[in-house]
Amino acid sequence: MTRVDVVVTGLGATTPLGGDVASTWDAMLAGHSGVSPLTAPWAEQLPVRIAAQLAVEPGEVLDRVKLRRLDRSEAVALIAAHQAWADAGLADAGLDPERLAVSVGSGIGGAQTLLAQDDILEASGPRRVSPHTVPMLMPNGPAAWVGLELGARAGVHSVASACATGAEAIALGLDIIRAGRADVVVAGGTEAVIHQLPIAGFASMRAMSTRNDEPEKASRPWDKARDGFVLGEGAGVIVLERADHAAARGARVYARLAGAGLTSDGYDIVQPHPEGHGAIRAIEKAIADAGVTRTDIVHVNAHATSTPVGDMAEIAALRASVGTHPVLTATKSMSGHLLGAAGALESIATILAIRDGVVPPTINLDDPDDGLDLDVAAHKARQMDIPAALNNSFGFGGHNVALVFTRA
Amino acid sequence: MTRDEITAGLAEILEEVAGVNPDDVATEKSFTDDLDVDSLSMVEVVVAAEEKFGVKIPDNEVQNLKTVGDAVAYIEAQA
Repeated sequence: MTRVDVVVTGLGATTPLGGDVASTWDAMLAGHSGVSPLTAPWAEQLPVRIAAQLAVEPGEVLDRVKLRRLDRSEAVALIAAHQAWADAGLADAGLDPERLAVSVGSGIGGAQTLLAQDDILEASGPRRVSPHTVPMLMPNGPAAWVGLELGARAGVHSVASACATGAEAIALGLDIIRAGRADVVVAGGTEAVIHQLPIAGFASMRAMSTRNDEPEKASRPWDKARDGFVLGEGAGVIVLERADHAAARGARVYARLAGAGLTSDGYDIVQPHPEGHGAIRAIEKAIADAGVTRTDIVHVNAHATSTPVGDMAEIAALRASVGTHPVLTATKSMSGHLLGAAGALESIATILAIRDGVVPPTINLDDPDDGLDLDVAAHKARQMDIPAALNNSFGFGGHNVALVFTRA
Repeated sequence: MTRDEITAGLAEILEEVAGVNPDDVATEKSFTDDLDVDSLSMVEVVVAAEEKFGVKIPDNEVQNLKTVGDAVAYIEAQA
């Protein structure tokens, strides 16, 4: 059977670096940091008082009444999805709704709503709890809202695999089109949990950077002085489309989503396998699925969150699966870690790297770890021809997702 | 509290909760058919009205409050 080709025809994002894809990409290429101090009173008691907060508040984009019924994670997903939809030129393309699906996940879901409504319950009693609480906190809420607003009737899906969610949602979109269940899938990830409880939880795990006095230097993948990730918020959404469907309507094509590899470690609930077995298998599967060879992969947008253990485990996995030739970057050095949205935002960065022939920089890599023997585009963006690139995402729970994008 | 004052208070709540233009709030208007207030927003309107006017509006009464006038009359009788 001939393999169905799947291409990317639309991009949307709202991130700590910008309110849309263009501004986010420009900020990445310029090496800007999206990390800033947390100024809310609740942050004072926390060990972590920095985060990568949205550059553009959802209230500047969506109307006030609509926002009342949306968790922040739903609001940013909707903003990114509408951008991607418009970018793909699908608004007036006459697409059959029964051939349109949605795959948008979140790592944590509507935690801000849950916590805010619990405060109301405790202070004022059950009758004051908002009737919008459940649709706001349910983890399928972002996908459901996107599906509702775009009129998708081929299925609305919400995978959850922690920090691999965005990438897994995109991989599911690929499967859906290959299986013939839809011609177009709006796919991506969303997260908005900059709140004291999730921060306290991650901080208790000793997973977060406490470089509170230098926010812009806190996210520093592969640097010797890295001390944990920086929590970010936002959403990334891409439009996946069957290649012949895109060609028939004369759509602009950014890149091909050539392959995906998904594995699970079966090792520990939060620690990655020490030899990266799951990651290696995911990368190898993605390369095989894409019909390319390891030498074709010239650029990797790494998961690299700036944690002491994870960053170097990924290097070992890359060395074993791809080799030492690709040029790496860790865009989380600029965006922070968007958890369930990370894989989607980094897919967008990978796609644009292919389109523009440029690897965005890894900032703050001032003193590379002794084990870092792969080439990283440190400090400055690097121009190069990129026919094929890899995007890695790993998540608590032992989820490993690798995506291969190629030039269309 | 006069009927006009109650109507104005309801209009404020409807604007806050459901984005209804206060100029559209009139006695004969139906919450669902004319003002586009869906069932979840209606719950919010009722709770906000209880708080604002110091009344109790039991769930089994809410179904009888079809129009702005129905609500104003009920609140006036309870207040």
